[in-house]
Amino acid sequence: MASLVGSRVERKEDGRFLQGRGRYTADINIANQTYAVFVRSPHARAKIKSVDTSKALKSSGVVGVLTGKEIAEDKIGGLIAGWAIRSEDGSEMKVPANPPLAKDIANFVGEPIAVVFAETLDEAKEGAEKVKVDYKVLKAVVDPADAMKSEAIHDGVDKNLCYDWLLGDRKAVDEAFAKADKIIKVDLINNRLVPNAMEPRACVVDYNTASEEITLYTTSQNPHLSRLVMSAFGNVAPENKLRVVAPDVGGGFGSKINVYNEEIVCSWASKKIERPIKWVAERTESFLTDTHGRDHVTHAELAVTNDGKFLGFKNETIANLGAYARVFGTVTPTYLFGPCATGVYVIPAAYSNVKAVYTNTAPVDAYRGAGRPEATYTIERLVEKAAMELGIDKTEIRMKNFPTQFPFKQTLVHTVDSGDYVAGLEKAKQMADYAGFEARRKKSEANGKLRGIGVSSYFEACGIAPSAAVMSLGCGVGLWESAEVRFNPTGQISVFTGAHSHGQSHDTTFAQIAADELGVPMENIDVVHGDTDKGTFGMGTYGSRSLTVGGIAIVNACKKIVAKGKRVAAKMLEVNEDEIEFKDGEFVALKSNKKKTIGEVAFACYLPGQRDEMKSPIPEGDEPGLIESSFFDPANFSFPAGSHICEVEIDPDTGNVKVEKYTAVDDFGRIVNPMIVEGQVHGGIAQGIGQALHENTQYDETGQLMTASYMDYTMPRADNFPEFNLGFTCTHATSNPLGVKGCGEAGAIASPPTVMNAVIDALGGQEISMPATAEKVWKACKAMKKSNAKAA
Amino acid sequence: MKSFNYHAPKDVKDATKLASSSSAFLAGGMTTIPSMKLGLASYKDVIDIKKIKKLSGIKVSGKTVTIGATTKHVEVATSKDVKKAIPALAKLAGNIGDAQVRNRGTIGGSISNNDPSACYPSACMALNAVIHTNKRKIDAEKFFTGMFETALKSGELVEAVEFQIPEKADYQKHPNPASRYAIIGVFVAKHKKDVNVAVTGAKSCVYIDKDLSKKLSSNFSVSSIEGTDVKSSGMNSDMHASAEYRANLVSLYAKKAVEAC
Repeated sequence: MASLVGSRVERKEDGRFLQGRGRYTADINIANQTYAVFVRSPHARAKIKSVDTSKALKSSGVVGVLTGKEIAEDKIGGLIAGWAIRSEDGSEMKVPANPPLAKDIANFVGEPIAVVFAETLDEAKEGAEKVKVDYKVLKAVVDPADAMKSEAIHDGVDKNLCYDWLLGDRKAVDEAFAKADKIIKVDLINNRLVPNAMEPRACVVDYNTASEEITLYTTSQNPHLSRLVMSAFGNVAPENKLRVVAPDVGGGFGSKINVYNEEIVCSWASKKIERPIKWVAERTESFLTDTHGRDHVTHAELAVTNDGKFLGFKNETIANLGAYARVFGTVTPTYLFGPCATGVYVIPAAYSNVKAVYTNTAPVDAYRGAGRPEATYTIERLVEKAAMELGIDKTEIRMKNFPTQFPFKQTLVHTVDSGDYVAGLEKAKQMADYAGFEARRKKSEANGKLRGIGVSSYFEACGIAPSAAVMSLGCGVGLWESAEVRFNPTGQISVFTGAHSHGQSHDTTFAQIAADELGVPMENIDVVHGDTDKGTFGMGTYGSRSLTVGGIAIVNACKKIVAKGKRVAAKMLEVNEDEIEFKDGEFVALKSNKKKTIGEVAFACYLPGQRDEMKSPIPEGDEPGLIESSFFDPANFSFPAGSHICEVEIDPDTGNVKVEKYTAVDDFGRIVNPMIVEGQVHGGIAQGIGQALHENTQYDETGQLMTASYMDYTMPRADNFPEFNLGFTCTHATSNPLGVKGCGEAGAIASPPTVMNAVIDALGGQEISMPATAEKVWKACKAMKKSNAKAA
Repeated sequence: MKSFNYHAPKDVKDATKLASSSSAFLAGGMTTIPSMKLGLASYKDVIDIKKIKKLSGIKVSGKTVTIGATTKHVEVATSKDVKKAIPALAKLAGNIGDAQVRNRGTIGGSISNNDPSACYPSACMALNAVIHTNKRKIDAEKFFTGMFETALKSGELVEAVEFQIPEKADYQKHPNPASRYAIIGVFVAKHKKDVNVAVTGAKSCVYIDKDLSKKLSSNFSVSSIEGTDVKSSGMNSDMHASAEYRANLVSLYAKKAVEAC
């Protein structure tokens, strides 16, 4: 039987998605449901003097109005930061309380203050308009660079500083810098991004008055984790009385990791008002309250020798956490960022220092890549600038500093198990026709255009992650993953996973893996996820971990099924277990060539007996049934890597930047489904190009989000992209039995510096910040013309 | 959205009878409906005029093209008659918004709303259009009076727009990358006696750039406007484009339009 792993199997989920038959949270309706509308702060920072709900309560159709006062009285816990980070001086990070409904102070525009439940959505909206909140508006802190100099927005958080974290050795770095021929410096802003999942957040809650169980349907990337958090920290209900279901979810990108205010409030309130509740975010609410991404201000330096050897690296970054620290908010700019900031290079000495600050803006958390795009942007801008300043070819300087031995002990934390960075860059150069660039540049020049080429080589640490490692670094939970493989008596198989698909194609990829392991057609396999009542506890999907952690749990559970099957088949075939071989779904007795299919074995496991004879196929010590589970805790992170090359053409008259060519060569180890992986890379690159050229989150000085709709926030569109040119090098991971590496975030990690390096190359080295919008580029072109004229 | 009374009259007389200070005419609804959904506008009565047959359609006479108020952008963009008589107008319509907008949005809605960055008003100005309402005929230059303001009186309804067929014309726009409305749009029309350069997106209301128009009237060539210093004073400056950048684009796109004529 041909292996399904490695083949371009069409996505099982496409049928329902493309025909509008998906079942999303907003598609779920429960008889007698009420509709929730939240009253949100219109101010970025304001004291809440009073909340008057009397008029709202009298409004037509209103069933109930709840505020921060009631939620505090019921001792419902707030939102949490999932990682405890320590400052360089050893002190613990400072985390302000983040109640689900703000009671005394609002800290960002959109923060919920109260909620109105009504018979219809319109009535709930009408009711919400009648809730009168008396605010005392305070001066907002908006700019992260100024936050430490501004008034503290949270009690007990001096200088608005959550932590001042250091990874690395300042002294060793100073010594390395003293030996350098040249110090390359960059000042960077990693622009804030709004995730913009296609499906806005939503929740539907059903409190069962008989069983006292709350069922929460929600747009989550990790329903089990949501339940844990809501139970352990939120005090909403004990875990056994709380069922969390995340059905089809239309994109997450990290923004649906958190348990949000609305889910906690509606779950608590459903029990209180004894009615089901439905809440669906409007797009503006998504813009205002979904966790945002990135938002770093960085100064970084690279110490180099004249012949292009890297000696040392330093990174001083201010990371904007927004108003509150959320689940991955504190780890994203530290352990997900700092270690990767030295990139794919051998750099003897390095440190990353990150000051995370609070501001009166939407909370910032993990967003596709989470820390690694910021890291890659930092190092790859430095490396490109080093090449330019030293007059060394930009690919040559990279090759010169790549490690050649694997495992590669990277400067700050990671030991990278496998890779071949030279092969990746060589392949990218060839695919991009790097050698032919100068001719293309001249051609553009003849047409009055400026053409630039940019390179970036990256690695990233994903597939999070070994529990002992992450818990030692402050993570509040272990990051293993679970699977249960359930052979049904009639031969179909249900594969339960703790991972969650919100676009990742688990229905297909996981079925491919299980089908190969069990030797059955993948049509017989259903992948079940997203329901805490179905299958084992799991940690969910983020950090490119589904396959490298969750997929391996499936493999291991399948192996247990086969092992038990072997014992049963041996008894059925009346041979010893070691005389049985399992191949292509059949247990074969090697000597006699008698066989039992895995389906027959499963059937026998459930019907262990036969008429007229006292005989069981189940060996002594085994139990009936054929269900196995596995909890897989990886031994290491997964380290995808690669090199991307981009060519842009700039029209100096308008400043328009056109991405002419984009080549990506990635190493994702063994590839299960090339078509799905290509889709992941396409999506990632599109998001990265979005960050580099288009996405322009802007708050004004009072903390109002100016780009809170698609009229003003530029989402990249199909006509912004060329056809992507993709290639792969496949060095298998040694840290898992499939040899796979995470692929979900790489595109978004590698592409922003690749594109910006190309833009800056076209601008003759003039640095501009992301997004490189037409006007910014036009101004840079004008400045270039002026300086060229002067030089002439 | 707040509830309202929905009306779908069959003729203009009934439509205007229903109009009041708390009513809105609804054509494509490309602005009205989002405004209502976002709570920026609410009406007691919404008067849908799409059922009024005589308001839709395209007629070409010897010197003019007349387009009914509820004619959709897609109909103008794909009309053989418009493409033949004023190809620039078909091109303009074909680049408004996206396919969904073009399949619903109408010319009457666009000009009645007079969004400062809408495309159609520039065509009206450059093509010496006459706006036919249920009460009178208004010259385009008197019709567009300010930001989202027109000469329309309460209850007055645009019935059709009559464009003068030029010798040559072209429309060029620099779209806002987010909304794809015009950051600036320049409509250049060469008529028998003179040339009009109408600009949208740059200021609070569409206008004729007199300097560019005059130069092109005396010599219709790129060289005649080369180096023209379009002043940025009075131009919009926002997070998408500064006044200085807009001024640069106006002169640049005027040249592009002349080149394309």
